[in-house]
Amino acid sequence: MTTTVTPATPDSTTTATTTTAPTPPTDTGPGVLRTLTRHRGRLIVACAAVALVLGWALLGAGNWPASLSVDLSGPLERTSDWIIDNRDGHPLFLYFLGHVSNVVVISVRAVYLVLLALGWAGVTAAAALLAWRVAGVRLALTSVAAFVVCGLLGMWVPTMQTLALMVVAVAASVLLGGLLGLAAGLSDRMHRILRPVLDTMQVLPAFAYLLPVVLVFGIGVPAAVLATVVYAAPPMARLTALGLRDADAGVVEASTSLGATGRQRLLTARLPLARKELLLGVNQSIMMALGMAVIASVIGAGGLGDRVYQALASVDVGAALAAGVPIVLLAVVLDRVTAAAGQRIGEAPADRSRLRWALAALVTAVVAVGARLLDRLSWPDAWTVDIAEPVNAAVDWMTAHLYSGVPLVGGTADWAGHFTTWVLNPLRDGLQWLPWWAVLLTVGALALLIGTWRTAATAVLAMAAIGVLGVWDPALDTLSQVLAAVTVTLLLGFALGVAAARSTRLGRALRPVLDVFQTMPQFVYLIPVVALFGVGRAPAAAAAVVYALPAVVRITAQGVRAVDPAALESARSMGATGRQQLLQVQLPLARPALLLAVNQGVVLVLAVVVIGGLVGGGALGYDAVFGLAQGDLATGLVAGAAIVCLGLMLDRVTQPTVRRDLTGKGA
Amino acid sequence: MARTTRSAVLAAAAAVSVALTALTGCGAADMTRQASPYADAKGSRTVTLSVQSWVGAQANVAVAQYLLEHELGYRVDTVQIDEVPAWDALSQGRVDAILEDWGHPEQEKRYIDEKATIERGGDLGVTGHIGWFVPTYFAEQHPDVTDWKNLNKYADQLRTAESGGKGQLLDGSPSYVTNDKALVKNLDLDYQVVFAGSEAAQITQIKQFAKEKKPFLSYWYKPQWLFERVPMTEVKLPAYEEGCDTDPQKVACAYPHTPLQKFLNARFAAGGGDAAAFLKKFRWTTEMQNDVALMIAEEKLSPQEAAARWAKKNEATWREWLPS
Repeated sequence: MTTTVTPATPDSTTTATTTTAPTPPTDTGPGVLRTLTRHRGRLIVACAAVALVLGWALLGAGNWPASLSVDLSGPLERTSDWIIDNRDGHPLFLYFLGHVSNVVVISVRAVYLVLLALGWAGVTAAAALLAWRVAGVRLALTSVAAFVVCGLLGMWVPTMQTLALMVVAVAASVLLGGLLGLAAGLSDRMHRILRPVLDTMQVLPAFAYLLPVVLVFGIGVPAAVLATVVYAAPPMARLTALGLRDADAGVVEASTSLGATGRQRLLTARLPLARKELLLGVNQSIMMALGMAVIASVIGAGGLGDRVYQALASVDVGAALAAGVPIVLLAVVLDRVTAAAGQRIGEAPADRSRLRWALAALVTAVVAVGARLLDRLSWPDAWTVDIAEPVNAAVDWMTAHLYSGVPLVGGTADWAGHFTTWVLNPLRDGLQWLPWWAVLLTVGALALLIGTWRTAATAVLAMAAIGVLGVWDPALDTLSQVLAAVTVTLLLGFALGVAAARSTRLGRALRPVLDVFQTMPQFVYLIPVVALFGVGRAPAAAAAVVYALPAVVRITAQGVRAVDPAALESARSMGATGRQQLLQVQLPLARPALLLAVNQGVVLVLAVVVIGGLVGGGALGYDAVFGLAQGDLATGLVAGAAIVCLGLMLDRVTQPTVRRDLTGKGA
Repeated sequence: MARTTRSAVLAAAAAVSVALTALTGCGAADMTRQASPYADAKGSRTVTLSVQSWVGAQANVAVAQYLLEHELGYRVDTVQIDEVPAWDALSQGRVDAILEDWGHPEQEKRYIDEKATIERGGDLGVTGHIGWFVPTYFAEQHPDVTDWKNLNKYADQLRTAESGGKGQLLDGSPSYVTNDKALVKNLDLDYQVVFAGSEAAQITQIKQFAKEKKPFLSYWYKPQWLFERVPMTEVKLPAYEEGCDTDPQKVACAYPHTPLQKFLNARFAAGGGDAAAFLKKFRWTTEMQNDVALMIAEEKLSPQEAAARWAKKNEATWREWLPS
């Protein structure tokens, strides 16, 4: 299993990092304090209740007061005008940004031309041999199969374009993330400064920063690469910092005592010791970058993402899937290969290792030259399989038969209607009815119950920032959707996760399905969810559940499976039934994992809010999409910032304090 | 420590600048001259066209692409972008032409009149019209629904879970021009505008409604291939008069009929040779566009195949577009 938890939704992402200090030890203080600490939960609830009554009396009900909000539309509009007017003449663009943009274009082009020159046979051979050297024969065969499928689907050229873009974006992310991680790993102050920056980079919905990037760089590859780097660099930075910080103190000390300078220590002891984390960071960066491939197509990145996006315009699920499958395959191959590379680190290199590498390079060269001589560089058109038609037929059949009028259970449209009427509407109306200060109070109290004073303060401030930005109502609408979707995700995810943990066969069967759901571009299932659930907030929730479910299932299954077998054995020997074992031993012991699953569920659901905006979810998601479509920085950026604040708040409120012990990566 | 850090940062910044400059040639880097890295991969002349998300726009581009490639020997790149960012891309030279624009006065003023980076490319020959539509099967049962004055009577029937207690007016992609929120308010209608968020979602929803013969009210536009599959009747709104839609808050009239326009990047228009001349002459009819659009959207032909089929049948039409 190792790092495959991660395709696109790594447990190290967003937040896994902001570890909070454990609650202060309780046995040192005087008696009163000890009692207080023990009853902390009840105390917080009581204080909150008192404050609630007081607030009602003093502040009254009502929405976020207009006097406390700031209208940013004026300054933001001026900024965007300034950029457009100065882009072609200002030195900042002529002598810096323009060069950045050119370098990106030149590098992507270089990689793309190399891939084209290798031809399909050469690329496939190179991938297979690389996989063979790094990860063994099985993965080599997988790689061949993956690339052949890309060709068969008629997606060879777009796949190469995406691959070229990925190579450059990942290289830049690894470089940038590595440098940031180095700084954070070596200096405590940098570590503290960088943490919120990395948090923001990852919670910020890609749609929100596509717009500024496009304003500066224009539509196209440079903007796409830079947007991808923003998204893919943080995991690398985090894991690098973690690797450096966790380096075995003994070894480092030994090298110090041998008189090594700081630089020598870094190069000979700390970095080599951190190799595993560094490779995991590369792995994570690749996964995140692939996750951006489709979103970046909205700003003209080309490649597979563009094919998915264009297929959507003609409501063609089959064609979108044909372009989505290569993305999944690329993700699977790259993930498995880098993960295998990570695992093999530290093993003694085989005797003839260098010889074999040379052999691999030679075979690639021979194949590439052979293909060129035979004039077989581009994938033959005759060798393609059209999957669009059967897929569309299947989707049509499914939606025609499930949409309504299914005996007994009703159609999916009815479910969606009930879900909207009975869950989403009351939740939204309830949240919007609450006085603003009561919302802040609830957020603070919840965060305090689970976390510390510091997390509570962050959560409350984040929520208040939403009010200040002037998007209180839509934000609460979005929040209600997130809460509803998270509830469904957790119910399904816990059930599936527990089942998968108890049955190895089910676990094995689920794994590829989860892989696909995690890496398949969300755009592909936009149309099916609308066809099943109609336009509105219900399909948005459905899309979010599909996206967040795999991570929840995985974390739950892993947590339940990891429960100490001795505890289980003793329960069994005392005659506990399977049900009792589950409820009284496994679940309580897996509590930290379950808490982490809740947290990840929340964060991932929020990540799909913008996708929800594309199927009628409205609120902040729609605003973010609107901002990009209309070039309206004021709407788009404010909505994006509000989503970030919601993300911070939800993360802090659900943050299990034990996370560091659980994942071991609280960089 | 602090000083070493700062000097290290400065040194790094300087190194980056030098490296960037060295890699891309000396001096200023013109942001308006950057082609796609995928262009000209085989050393051919390339034209980049922007495609908007609706199928009509795909049809224009498909036919233009087919003819540019097969008759004039160009390579064509297409980029899918929303309308407003497309103007920005056009001014920067990231795309060479927009073949179908529904009217963006602000952008026209900025890029054509002030910056002169974009040039008009003339009429596309197709007239666009936005309006409110109900399915024809519903209009036949209730003929009076086609006047906005009677819409409130039908609000109950048009209610969905999403629209709460009111009737649902289905709107589409956030990139499209719409006054619907203001219209509902100013005409005092008992309706809730529900934004589908994308055209794909809106079409899917309309098809689902039509399959069950359910009534619906939707923002929609002509020319559009979906009319061939789901016949829809327009709801009459207060008549359009010049200038009645200038204040977006006070709009209370129908949408205008817009002759759709082409726009070219100014530098491309001047130096684009045959390709530019061809794109300026490109002009066809609504029926022709619908032909191609239907092949793409309903028969699921690839745009290229659809264009090829159309070109075979309509040689007389496109011969005239080719530069003599």
